[in-house]
Amino acid sequence: MIGFTDASVSFGSRTLFSGITFNVPVGRTMAVLGPNGRGKTTLLRALLGFQPLAKGARTAPKIAGYVPQHGASQAKLSGLEVVVMGRAARLGLFGQPSADDRASAEAALVELSACHLADLRYDRMSGGQRQMILIARALATGSPALIFDEPTSALDLGNQSRTLELLNTLRLRRDKAILFTTHDPNHALASSDDVLLMMPGGHEVHGTVAEMIQPDLLSELYGVPMRWVEVTGPTGEPRRAILPAFSGIGVAA
Amino acid sequence: MAMAAMDSGRRSLIGLRIGTFGLMVLALVASMLFAIGAGRFSVEVPRIGEILFAAFLNPDAAPTQMDERIVLLVRLPRVLLAALSGAALAVGGAALQGVFRNPLVSPQVLGISQGAAFGGALAILFGYSGVVLLGMAFILGLSALILVGLLARINGRTEVITVILAGMIVGALFAALVSVVQFVADPNTSLPAIVYWLMGSFSTATWPRLWLAVPGMGLGLFSVWLLRYRLNLLALEEQEARSLGINPDRERWYIFIAISLMTGTSVAVAGIVGWIGLVVPHAARILVGDDHRALIPASALLGAAYLTFIDTMARTLTAAEIPLGVLTALVGAPVFAVLLRRHFRETNHT
Repeated sequence: MIGFTDASVSFGSRTLFSGITFNVPVGRTMAVLGPNGRGKTTLLRALLGFQPLAKGARTAPKIAGYVPQHGASQAKLSGLEVVVMGRAARLGLFGQPSADDRASAEAALVELSACHLADLRYDRMSGGQRQMILIARALATGSPALIFDEPTSALDLGNQSRTLELLNTLRLRRDKAILFTTHDPNHALASSDDVLLMMPGGHEVHGTVAEMIQPDLLSELYGVPMRWVEVTGPTGEPRRAILPAFSGIGVAA
Repeated sequence: MAMAAMDSGRRSLIGLRIGTFGLMVLALVASMLFAIGAGRFSVEVPRIGEILFAAFLNPDAAPTQMDERIVLLVRLPRVLLAALSGAALAVGGAALQGVFRNPLVSPQVLGISQGAAFGGALAILFGYSGVVLLGMAFILGLSALILVGLLARINGRTEVITVILAGMIVGALFAALVSVVQFVADPNTSLPAIVYWLMGSFSTATWPRLWLAVPGMGLGLFSVWLLRYRLNLLALEEQEARSLGINPDRERWYIFIAISLMTGTSVAVAGIVGWIGLVVPHAARILVGDDHRALIPASALLGAAYLTFIDTMARTLTAAEIPLGVLTALVGAPVFAVLLRRHFRETNHT
């Protein structure tokens, strides 16, 4: 549903990625991990069709439900009005959103249990609330694909957890092809099926979460040693998380 | 249940909206009646109604009485032209501010008015008036805007600050070109014509001049009104808008052409009347919010009422007519100063 076939993108003489091939089918969620400046944002731009490919092809629906990191930042509109904008592609140049468009927007808010945001002014919302509205807008497009640009980066820990749970809910419905970028491999563990690693050397590898979220691969990816640590889940069950092992981590137990 | 609460909240909002628009229509009607009645020869409101009604029933009858002639031949075309220009300038400002995501831009700030002024001055220099003057004003106003668009587009991105700076440069360039035209104009014939025209006034308003202005302004206003929801979408970031299936680059130009049409026409028939496009949309935004579906009609109503009122002040405050630009600047400059400070205080917060 969304992906590339042997695609390359370059800026001038600099090649950000070449010969990349992957596909996210409907029902699966892929996390994209990579160090800063490696081209995660460019990959999303290329996937959305904003960045021309030097070669190869992209697969994507005409309209993808795109959730930008910061969207509609100046809109002094209600949350519902921002969600209704997701229906824009269905309106003609002179079109106005109809009762149907409004109903779809409301349905998207209901789906995310975010009805309380409908009448709040968007520009007065918190970062977490805005993100909820932008996700609802992406759902309101009706697109079978959802693309998130670092959905957790700008959020505090509480909102990060809520966003990851929401991502996981959307993932487990298995009715969309979902792709998101993130800095934290634990976020990939929490909410994805597949992982694409954009390695610093200029090549990419992808596979299932279990295959990709491994200390050796991630150590190479981030240039710091990574290792599994034991953590406790919400109901006290033992779990594993992956963390960098550097001199400043944690305190002596 | 949550949806029901949403609906009732919206219903009270709609009620409020209707009330606000009702007041704006009332303000426009009051402003127009005041404008038709006031002056050295004042006409009472009931008599205005009588005259207008009679003329409406029998539009071909030539007015005979003194007050009929004043109302129908002198004041009515002037009031209608002022109202139409006010609506066009305000809507032009509101639309530009939406497209640039910045409440501080206006046709004047972007050099469109100066471009149109150069076109008009050039037409007068070569002895043209009427449609040619109007066409020249439109074409050069649009050229100014294209120039600003090209200058401000750096690496495929158009930042608001570069747009405003480019607007200043282009405005200054065309202002200088207007001076060149004045310099070479015949001091006995075309120079005074250019100077009086540029000062901005509706004192030369006649029915033919109104009919000259109606197509350009009407078409511009109608187009922006049709594109009103598009303006909400164009206010989004470029990439975000494109992801929603909008073509911002192309659609922005539809708005620009409509704005140039309105600004060019208004400059052609009444010279440069500044500040309307800056002050009125801001007032409208306070009353109805940022949604262009409400903002565009509100700007039109308020702009029409405001310019009609200012024009009436210009011709009745003193024995001689005060140039319109002087009055709009006296009100506009302080309002703009407050706007600017508030805008940067708000931006610094986030």
